[in-house]
Amino acid sequence: MTSFLQQLFNGLVSGSFYALLALGLAVIFGMLRVVNFAHGALYMLGAFGAVVLGDSAGLGFWWALLLVPAALAVAGMAMERLLVQRLTALDPLYNFLLTFGIALVCQDLLRMKYGSHSQPYDHAPFSGTVDLGLFDYPAYQVFVLAVSVAVCVAVWLLLTRTRIGTVVRASTERPELTRAFGIDTRRWVTPVFGFGVALAGLAGVLAAPMRAVNSDMGADLIITVFAVVVIGGLGSVFGSVIAGFAIGMLQALGNLYVPVLSQTSVYLLMAVVLLVRPAGLFGKEEHA
Amino acid sequence: MKRRLTMGVAAAAVGTLLAACGAGGPGSGGGKISGGKLTLGVLTDLSGVYADLAGNGAVAAVQMAADDFQKKYGDKAVTKKIDVIKADHQNKPEVANTQAREMYERKGADALFDVPTSSAALAVQTVAAQQKKLYFNTGAATTELAGKSCNAYTYEWAYDSYMLAHGTGTQVTQQGGKNWYLIYPDYAFGQDMQAKFTPAIESAGGRVVAKDPTPFPSDNYSTFLLKAPTLNPKPDVLGALQAGGDLANVVKQYDQFKVKDKGVQLAIGLLFDSDIRAIGADKLAGTMFTTAWFWNLDDRSRAWAQRFQQRTGQLPTFDQAADYSAATAYLEAVQKAGTDKAESVSKVLNGMTFDDFFARNATVRTADHRVTHDAYLAKVKAPAQATQDGDYTELVRTIPAAQAFDKPSPDCHLG
Repeated sequence: MTSFLQQLFNGLVSGSFYALLALGLAVIFGMLRVVNFAHGALYMLGAFGAVVLGDSAGLGFWWALLLVPAALAVAGMAMERLLVQRLTALDPLYNFLLTFGIALVCQDLLRMKYGSHSQPYDHAPFSGTVDLGLFDYPAYQVFVLAVSVAVCVAVWLLLTRTRIGTVVRASTERPELTRAFGIDTRRWVTPVFGFGVALAGLAGVLAAPMRAVNSDMGADLIITVFAVVVIGGLGSVFGSVIAGFAIGMLQALGNLYVPVLSQTSVYLLMAVVLLVRPAGLFGKEEHA
Repeated sequence: MKRRLTMGVAAAAVGTLLAACGAGGPGSGGGKISGGKLTLGVLTDLSGVYADLAGNGAVAAVQMAADDFQKKYGDKAVTKKIDVIKADHQNKPEVANTQAREMYERKGADALFDVPTSSAALAVQTVAAQQKKLYFNTGAATTELAGKSCNAYTYEWAYDSYMLAHGTGTQVTQQGGKNWYLIYPDYAFGQDMQAKFTPAIESAGGRVVAKDPTPFPSDNYSTFLLKAPTLNPKPDVLGALQAGGDLANVVKQYDQFKVKDKGVQLAIGLLFDSDIRAIGADKLAGTMFTTAWFWNLDDRSRAWAQRFQQRTGQLPTFDQAADYSAATAYLEAVQKAGTDKAESVSKVLNGMTFDDFFARNATVRTADHRVTHDAYLAKVKAPAQATQDGDYTELVRTIPAAQAFDKPSPDCHLG
């Protein structure tokens, strides 16, 4: 029983990354109808941001946690203004290709500069373990889970309880009607894109102390995250977060009981969900 | 289009004729060197996960061998012109197959070197036999190259999964790590490594308590790290057979989960200096692994490593050192044979014993073209003990050439 609970906890920790990334994808898709294929690369840039701040500026983890997402938010807004926006009127495929291209360019530039091997990161904020009652667990990984849950709850409250959130949701669901009420929906697009990118950067910084930091880290992860988003329901903020944590747990249990199936299980689930509920588990509720 | 094709064929025909006439003619160095020059092809990973441990460093090593050869022989060299060409196989067997063909057929490569990734190396091995040209493998670990897939045109110069498994598996077990928990990435390399580690541990009197395939690639190993200390009997050693970024993930998380404090040591299947740098020597200090060579082994190695570093700005990996060793042996054999005909060069190489800065007490085995040489059981130095940047490896024991590699496989028929 203890080992079962431990696995669930493992799943929640890896689900923390899925949730943060899927959340960013969901808000961007909701507002812009753009599937941001560069999301994995932006996660990777977040982790490299932490490494570079640590190595060249001597700024530790906490600074990175603050500065890197902020810097990536600015970069994301620039990307939206200069590139993504020009293509939104066209077929969505154009933005698929654009963001996918940006991802490849980011990866190759970093590979040119840093090579293909992982980069060391020596600024882990905690190294001990904490007693969770039934078992000990690395303090840092508990921290990651706490941050992820806090961010997801905060975004949820922001969207449901504040005026900004109401405007964003209205612009997402009924853009014409919202405009008819005299609200300029366009002005929210760029900040929302920047915010989604910042979430990817945050996940990247959180990954640096516990995962290999290299140019492929985002590409490897993002495939699972897309599966998460599809299962949760494209554009559904709630669905993507729940699916993120759920998939994390599914994989962890798979690792323990049927290791050969742990990777496939996600795609099996995705196939079943698509057959039964093509809009994803929470897709319809959100847009109804 | 058709016209261009015809012209291409004509040009090729003329080229072949010229090459045939050129042999023995003036300016060809007096030998029977096809085209009057030697072309060494480095087929490697220039952009992917092995680019740092092979890649352009491998190209530089082969170029160094060519330069040193020309310096040594000057006018007496069998040819004055040695070209080194390179291509990126992206670690994909189908790309390796096409590139190898291209290099042998169209670019005139006389021999190919390096080729990390076992599936790609196996593809190149087949092409080499079809083209009747030589291939010196330094990058791929599978024993199949000198086993059931072996052929007369391929040599295995550096290492293989048997060497890694028997170095680490046998030695660590004999030193008291009796019970093992093996985790291996679920693809060809990992499965091959697991298949070699298990008998190595068992024949040394140890026991594999459990073994689990892990997803490839993966960034979350917590399941296996938590499971390790709870197994019954409790394992003494966690054998991690991952490579590259996966290995970095395993070690970072091994450290965070304090598995070492719970009495489970870490042993690693394949570890390059570039991995140690990536993970951090502090996290790996004391970890046992087996290597074909390391730059800080002795004065001879250091002297070569220093020259390599002046050229490339990096310290060499054992794969790159093996490329230099193989290219040098190849050039010397061509010099001795007086021709670049693969069969004649092979005759010089087969059964040859030699000793260079990379391969000690080395023999080119005639039966399967495996080069046997000393291997090294090593452990990662704590950063405080390092004498300079990049000094990661501490020698534990030299494994003599006769023990380091398996006996020739009964499945191998060079034909």
